[in-house]
Order: sequence, then C-alpha cells, then structure tokens
Amino acid sequence: MNKWTRDQMAARIARDIPEGAYVNLGIGLPTLVANHLAGGKEVFLHSENGMLGMGPAPAAGQEDPDLVNAGKQPVTLLTGGAYFHHADSFAMIRGGHVDICVLGAFQVSVAGDLANWHTGEPDTIPAVGGAMDLAVGARRVFVMMEHLTKKGDPKIVDRCTYPLTGVRCVSRIYTDLAVLDVTPGGLAVVELVDGLSLAELKACTALEAPQ
Amino acid sequence: MISKVVESPAAAVAGIRNGATVMIGGFGTAGMPATLIDALIAQGAAGLTVVCNNAGNGDTGLAALLKAGRVRKMICSFPRQADSYVFDALYRAGRIELEVVPQGTLVERIRAAGAGIGAFFTPTGYGTMLADGKESRVIAGKPHVLEYPIHADVALIRARASDRWGNLVYRKTARNFGPVMATAAACTIVEVSEVVGLGELDPESIVTPGIFVHRVVAV
Repeated sequence: MNKWTRDQMAARIARDIPEGAYVNLGIGLPTLVANHLAGGKEVFLHSENGMLGMGPAPAAGQEDPDLVNAGKQPVTLLTGGAYFHHADSFAMIRGGHVDICVLGAFQVSVAGDLANWHTGEPDTIPAVGGAMDLAVGARRVFVMMEHLTKKGDPKIVDRCTYPLTGVRCVSRIYTDLAVLDVTPGGLAVVELVDGLSLAELKACTALEAPQ
Repeated sequence: MISKVVESPAAAVAGIRNGATVMIGGFGTAGMPATLIDALIAQGAAGLTVVCNNAGNGDTGLAALLKAGRVRKMICSFPRQADSYVFDALYRAGRIELEVVPQGTLVERIRAAGAGIGAFFTPTGYGTMLADGKESRVIAGKPHVLEYPIHADVALIRARASDRWGNLVYRKTARNFGPVMATAAACTIVEVSEVVGLGELDPESIVTPGIFVHRVVAV
C-alpha cells in the first residue's frame, strides 16, 4: 500500500498553517512540521515551557541549558521572540490564543475525542504534561499519526479505548494514508494518498458516528 | 536597612520543617534550584510534599532529594522521563505517592494560591480520568472542572539576578514556574547567579517584585 512518509505528512500539515499563525507543535512526530515552515512564511512557534518565536536546534557546542523546548531539548530563540512564565504560557493555550496545535495520538474517535497521554496499562507511570490543556485550548487541534498501529489495528475508532486526553477536541487528522476533517456527521475525507480508494480507507477507518 | 540576601545555601533553607509542602521551580533541569535542593538534603527535612513539573532527572537536584527518601508525595504533570529512574523505582516500589495534574492546571492552581483565589473552573481535563470525582459545571456551553489552589510552605526557585529587596529577573526558559511559585509560598527562597545593587535592575523589566521573595542566596 502506498503511504506518505513522515516528512510528506509534515509538509502537508505545514501547507495548512497560514502565515501569522501562533502554533504549538507537540513532542515527537509533530516537531517535524517545523522543518517545513521555512521559506518566507512567518509563523510563531509557541513552546509551553515559556517561549514564542522558537527557532531550530543550535549548532553543536552552542547549546544553552536555560533555553530548551517542551521536550527539554536545546533550541534557539528567533529575533523578535519572547520568554514568559508558565501561567502566561498556559493562558495563551487555554485562553484560545494559540491558533493551531499539532499533537500525536494513540487513538482518535470519529467524534474527535483524543487519546494520547496514557496507555492505561497498570505498570505505566502516568504523565500528562500539557496535552490536556492543548487539546481543549488551542483553536484548532491537528492530530498527526500513523493510520494504523504497528500491529495493524486502526487508530481512528468509534470510541477510544485508551484513557482520554480531551473530549470532541480534534479538528483534523493527518495520517500516512489520509487527511480527514472531524465534522458533526463524522469524518470527511479531505485527501487520500495516491492509489488508495475510499473503500480501502473505510476498511481500516471508522468514518461515521456509531449509531 | 532591609536585605533578604543570606550568606549561604544552608542559611537559606534553615527552618524547613518535616512534612512541609515545598514547591521546586524548573522545567527538567532548566531553572531547577540545584544548590538549594542540595542544601535541603543536608538540612534534613523529611516527609515532604514536593510540587514540581517533573519528578527529577538523573541523580542530581530533585532526583537526589527523592533518592535520599525525603519525599512522601509528588504533585507534578510529567513524572515519567527518559532519565527519571530514581522516581520510577520509588513509585513502582510503592514508596512515594503521586498526584498527576495537567500542566496548565498545575500552574494555575499555584497561581490561584498566590492570588488569593478560592478555586476555579477550567475546561482542561473534563471527561478524562484526571477529573474523576471532581465537581464539574457547564459554563457558556462548555464543560469545566473545579480545581483548588495549591499553597506551599516553601518555594525554592532559581533566578538570574536579585537585588537586596528580592526583586528578580530570570534567564530565558529557566523562568518557567519561578514567578508563579514565588507568589504561592509562605517563604520563597531564591538562588541567583548574581546579587546586584538596588537600582541596577530596570524597574520596567523586573519579573518578580520583591514582595514575593523572602530569602536570596548567590550561588
């Protein structure tokens, strides 16, 4: 089956981010989106530990332990960037000032419920970070994930079986097979990878709200 | 003449009691007051409740306090990290209590304590297991969860510079929880890289006014 690469997924998401947007990229896969935002388009990257105007990783040897991103990796600040404390940072998120956030996910339901923080297995230590705030607070929540689990199970489901991060919070889903919008009537296909038919997508995706 | 500057980290942490609730600034190691934590380990207070975004990295700082067995309970948003093995072992052995709080709710609960707010409704966490058992209410068509403030006996934070009145400026993303925790503790203790003369900090740029600060030590 033809699939988009991770870089193609990231480039596809970057195309949907307009100039001037305030954007938070979640830890993991979504950080790839930053690599595709260059090229004259001014986009403000927000990092929830307290920075707007986040730039790329520094050159080797230029790392500053006081300048890190939400994943605690060294980053840089672009000219015009700003630092602020955590309460202000989450006011930006929860207060609806962040236009778009891109999050990874374990599962998304057809109603837009998101599960991305905890597998719920008894021996895992729960750790939520800012995921729940981003899920309810950002004006648009984009999910970026593989369409299927490593075992081949659908990640877009009628109802999430993993513990929820947020209820009805996802706007759009980008996978390696499709781009899907969450609508009141279910998921609407925006784009399919070349060679994939709608019937093939339906075979591995919950598209309509369960009755 | 008022000076909040004390001569040593030991003097800075003097008097912290067993069973105290201690806020510790920092996001990972950025902004973590490592010298004050070492002084707290030497001071000996135990049975602590620690409020910090993370639950320690590697073997130093908060991880060392945990390893020394001084912490009864952690309140944090993101305990599990690649190098949080000290906390992980204590948790799996049932030797430490954990309260996981969404990051924005954690800092807002701290802010509420410092600002004299009795409780607040937030949309964060609604419909998730972290809201289990909590009161909820639909406000303007959106469901919210009731959350209560977190007060502390002591806050340990790190800043770049202070004057003798305790006015603070920070450095880059090491600011994170510092300005908020400073407001929420009965005693806020700050380690700084530099103590400067009164008037040397631009009043327009002071991030934490000295009213929130009780003790300062240069490290």
